[in-house]
Amino acid sequence: MSEAPLVRVQDLAVSFRTESGEVEAVRGLSFDIWRGETIALVGESGSGKSVSALSILQLLPYPTASHPKGSITVEGEEVIGASARRLRALRGNRISMIFQEPMSSLNPLHTVERQVGEVLMVHQGMRRGQARARVLELLGLVGLDDIAKRLKAFPHELSGGQRQRVMIAMALANEPDLLIADEPTTALDVTVQAQILKLLRELQARLGMGMLLITHDLGIVRRMAKHVCVMKDGEIVEQGETAEVFASPAHPYTRHLLTAAPKGAPLEAPADAPVVLECDDLKVHFPIKRGVLRRTVGYVKACDGVSLRVREGHTLGVVGESGSGKTTLALGLLRLGLSAGPIRFEGADIQGLGVAAMRPMRRHMQMVFQDPYGSLSPRMSIGQIVGEGLRVHEPGLEAGEKRGKISAALVEVGVDPDTQDRYPHEFSGGQRQRIGIARALVLKPRLVVLDEPTSALDMSVQAQIVDLLRDLQARYKLAYLFISHDLKVVRALSDEIIVLRNGVVVEQGKAAEVFERPKTDYTKALVEAAFAFEAQDTA
Amino acid sequence: MGLRAPGLRMTPMVRRRFANFRANRRGFVSLWIFLVLFLISLFAEFIANDKPILASYDGGIYWPVFSSYAETEFGGDFETEADYRDPFVADLIEDKGWMVWPLIPFSYRTINYDLEVPAPSPPSAVNWLGTDDQGRDVLARLIYGFRISVLFGLALTAMSSVVGVVAGAVQGYFGGITDLVFQRFIEVWQGLPVLFLLIILASVVEPNFWYLLILLLLFSWMALVDVVRAECLRVRNFEYVRAARALGVGHSGIIIRHVLPNATVSALTFMPFILSGSVTTLTALDFLGFGLPPGSASLGELLQQGKANLQAPWLGISGFVVIALMLSLLVFVGEAVRDAFDPRKVWAR
Repeated sequence: MSEAPLVRVQDLAVSFRTESGEVEAVRGLSFDIWRGETIALVGESGSGKSVSALSILQLLPYPTASHPKGSITVEGEEVIGASARRLRALRGNRISMIFQEPMSSLNPLHTVERQVGEVLMVHQGMRRGQARARVLELLGLVGLDDIAKRLKAFPHELSGGQRQRVMIAMALANEPDLLIADEPTTALDVTVQAQILKLLRELQARLGMGMLLITHDLGIVRRMAKHVCVMKDGEIVEQGETAEVFASPAHPYTRHLLTAAPKGAPLEAPADAPVVLECDDLKVHFPIKRGVLRRTVGYVKACDGVSLRVREGHTLGVVGESGSGKTTLALGLLRLGLSAGPIRFEGADIQGLGVAAMRPMRRHMQMVFQDPYGSLSPRMSIGQIVGEGLRVHEPGLEAGEKRGKISAALVEVGVDPDTQDRYPHEFSGGQRQRIGIARALVLKPRLVVLDEPTSALDMSVQAQIVDLLRDLQARYKLAYLFISHDLKVVRALSDEIIVLRNGVVVEQGKAAEVFERPKTDYTKALVEAAFAFEAQDTA
Repeated sequence: MGLRAPGLRMTPMVRRRFANFRANRRGFVSLWIFLVLFLISLFAEFIANDKPILASYDGGIYWPVFSSYAETEFGGDFETEADYRDPFVADLIEDKGWMVWPLIPFSYRTINYDLEVPAPSPPSAVNWLGTDDQGRDVLARLIYGFRISVLFGLALTAMSSVVGVVAGAVQGYFGGITDLVFQRFIEVWQGLPVLFLLIILASVVEPNFWYLLILLLLFSWMALVDVVRAECLRVRNFEYVRAARALGVGHSGIIIRHVLPNATVSALTFMPFILSGSVTTLTALDFLGFGLPPGSASLGELLQQGKANLQAPWLGISGFVVIALMLSLLVFVGEAVRDAFDPRKVWAR
């Protein structure tokens, strides 16, 4: 290890100019990154992790952003205020970055060869032929299979994991001294996450680069990083050796983060409770049309032959990786998307009912959506959003009475009812998700479909939402259809589980059994990937 | 975050937009000038008229602006409406009372028979901007012409916006085959030659304000369709729209409450420009002679006269100045509105 650190950040502050004056995003940040070591920045969303990382590369939107204080040196050279030319030499060459969302970080119009080759041609002045050889080498390094064929592929032809591998190949093209990984696996499925993290560790060992890992997932930190900095509200509240920090957290916030994972067990509900929703052999097929006459040449089977049963007070967990047909199934069951096959809601077949016939049913079957930012209309107040269902199903309601019902629903989910005249952007992600739940609850439904209600939220908020959901289920004997790719959350809520893969049920049964003794390899892989970090913890 | 007026709900976004609008001084001042001019022109009858506003005769009070009185009521010979500009009638009234005349004692169709030079006569103390080739006061015609242009523009803008927004929303929200059919229809419809249709109309009926409005509406509603449609295509896949469907909200409810509010910004940004476009269209039609019926106060007709009488530059110049002023004001206001809604412009400077 060399004497001086690779990157030294000292007393760094970042400010943003806004309408209401300067806002300090980061204050008094200091840490060192050494060659061959990984340092992790952890914290919940809005804690200033990404801003800190971006300021090392000076990629913030200057002059809106500014550094009132502090210094960042890369091998002794000051970065703040460096010329644009110096910075270009640094970016992508000495320091590379991989981003969270592999789809939007790749140019959709360029092939893989061009994406990766461009970096080489720009920074190393390679010619096309030379670059091609190196691209092949790099793609081999990041473990992309069938490389020769992938060279000509466009980003949309690759899976999420493959895209992230291409991103990593681009980042490694110039053998950087430092790799900044901003939530490199958050957008990926659990099984792929594990592969990518393994790959990053191997590459680091081989190339001896420093790595700055930004994440909200403590499991990843524990596995990857030697040092950890815990950030809260733009400040580092605790830093040190990962093992030490995790073993004896000094700061209450760190302790809070460590204990924040969703936990608890599903409620005990009578096994013979009435069935609220059931379907037999449900199919959702999208026709593939070809040619001038748009003839149907085949079908994409998004859901094929799914049978399920949700009982009052029970939770049915639907798990699977992205693209396995979970959401399509939910939309089909609620008759919000196309489907074929009988669906019985409280005994009545609702398949094929018209919009008008469905409307009275809708008040008993509600849905909570994944993205708390996208599922609330930004132009309506909280009261209007929650009251929308009342407007449809109880149009005769007086204003005062309606307001009372809205307040009651908000209280139920733990949101201050006096805030109902505010707009969604004034609330945090967790609060928004509570509002989304209040919208579903205000009509007193029998069934609530929860489509990844926690995956856009921070870990500690996830735990709160899970507790809230369990609490509401106990109070109102709600039937839940709980969709998630996160098995930890599913385990905390579900009585029964369905594992979907490519639209087909590969495993079905009592939750405890599926988790303890998964029958298929696919389920095994899912369970292992989800609980691998935990297994390490207990070891 | 600043003060919040009690009772008045100003979201921070609305406040920011208003501040941005005001920050564009030129647009803000233009809006005020335009509003004042428009307000004045709305009361054109009290400013430029060939009847007195108020008259007193034989102890009685008369309002010639509002109602018509026969000449006999003032001791004249005819039972037709009194011509107050006739020196004989004026003398009759002045003998036993008085008259309050508007600032400009001419209406847009009053012919001044007392011209000392042949019409078109140059500006004088009586006709401040001169008269046109039929001896009518240019200033009076400008005031009335401004009014009818703006009213026509406003009516056309309002109606075509309503039609355009509805059509765009329906296409964007339902998408698919509805969108496809509608879009092809619009393409065909846009290809129709508007001017020929106007010429045909002019040969069948005598075009008036309403005929022109409806005919132009048939072709001007498409201006907003594209922006609104694009916005609706984007929004219809948002999760909150899906959430509304899950609640059982009907299509019209979703469009009005969830989808359209997103399109208002782009639609509002376009509106001042549609307004100035409508004004220009009417002026152009009048200039070509396919517009408002002969005798109406129209800016286009004044320009036409200016072209025909190059020896009388006051016609062309005054027509040009008024039209240029009106359109410039509208474009400046439009720019300020656009600034106000520009999400990338963060601070009012």
